[in-house]
Amino acid sequence: MSQTLTATGFMGLDSGLSRGMSLVRTVPVESTAASTSETPDQRRAAWMAAAQGGDRRAYEKLLADSVALIRAAARRQGVAQDYLDDVVQETLITVHRVRHTYDPSRSYDAWLTAIANRRAIDALRSRGRRDSRELHDEFALDSHPDTDDASAATESGQRAQRLREAIAELPPGQREAVEQLGLRERSLSEAAELTGRNTGALKVNLHRALKALRERFHGEP
Amino acid sequence: MSDLRPYEALIDRLGTDLVPVRRLLPPWLRTAGWMLAVAAIAAVLLMHYGADPMLRRWAGTPDLGWAGMGAVITAITAAWAAFALGVPGRRASWAWLPLPGVLLWIGASGLGCLRTWIAPGTQIASMHQSADCLIFIISFSIPLSALLIVLLRRACPLRPVLTAVLIGLASAAASASLLEICHSFDAAATDLVTHALAVAMVVAVNAAMGGRLLSKA
Repeated sequence: MSQTLTATGFMGLDSGLSRGMSLVRTVPVESTAASTSETPDQRRAAWMAAAQGGDRRAYEKLLADSVALIRAAARRQGVAQDYLDDVVQETLITVHRVRHTYDPSRSYDAWLTAIANRRAIDALRSRGRRDSRELHDEFALDSHPDTDDASAATESGQRAQRLREAIAELPPGQREAVEQLGLRERSLSEAAELTGRNTGALKVNLHRALKALRERFHGEP
Repeated sequence: MSDLRPYEALIDRLGTDLVPVRRLLPPWLRTAGWMLAVAAIAAVLLMHYGADPMLRRWAGTPDLGWAGMGAVITAITAAWAAFALGVPGRRASWAWLPLPGVLLWIGASGLGCLRTWIAPGTQIASMHQSADCLIFIISFSIPLSALLIVLLRRACPLRPVLTAVLIGLASAAASASLLEICHSFDAAATDLVTHALAVAMVVAVNAAMGGRLLSKA
């Protein structure tokens, strides 16, 4: 594979990476981009070589340049539009984590596309798993119909009306107990204070009222 | 450039995190490093047992020598293929690299097996002795596989299970090669079955576990 002068220049400087970092960082990135004979792949290869040496500007240019390639790879794998962003982000993070595995004498695009393909497949698989756990809309609607439709509301209104009428027909002591303790949810002591009856009488009246109501509604169709 | 907006924050963060990295050595060099570890074990075994019994056996039954050679070639090529697959963008067809070595290894061992039918007088390993071979291959495969997994976790195997199978093959083949040094039996059916079983077990365990270990990398 042919390599441009600038790219091989990077490689030469780069070979003793662990200690000679400052040397690599001082190489101006623009000089690599200025070369006219360079293909985009070679330009990206040179940027990555510089990024491996710690050149942040080259790295950010490279990542921005990689987005379109990653999107294209993900689309080829069949990733839906909605999930492309996830694949791009996951791929960029992987690129960051494994950037030391790139060999500048080889194609950057092939290296990146292999990672993007992998992340795209991961995304498709995790989506497949999610879909298999989720219910389809039609099925969910059929098995869990909405209970608050118009007829149900009318029916519950009618039930409440009948209950109110039954309570009104109770003897005064019992009616008072139901109203205070049941409907207004007052405590025994509050109800005792308001009605002037002792708590024991209130409890007995409530008990009798509930029994009477239960008997009345139980018999009804 | 508008479609870059969602990634600007991420790119900026990755740029902030950027530190110089030491590049991965080429696969052949990493293979050589691993083979150095195998060679060190071989040297210890040779010092203990000496090379004479092995050479005498090979002189008597050349196909055993070929089988040993096949195992060595398999170990080298399988490790090389595993290291190559650890680099994104390398072709999956690297996985075929160990095939010629495997064919030589199996073919030559099979010939040895046939010979026991032709010349039934040769010493045949008993089941007990075969069990020793099994334990030898498995116990040497464990550290050799572990070393390969550690080395490959630093790389990026995008096909973890295939890479793990190659790791298993490399370490089992290397262990079988080491066994040649202290192997006192002729290749017989029982022995061949034991070796095949040991290699299959090592490869299967690697495929089952190694894939998971590598994909975390």
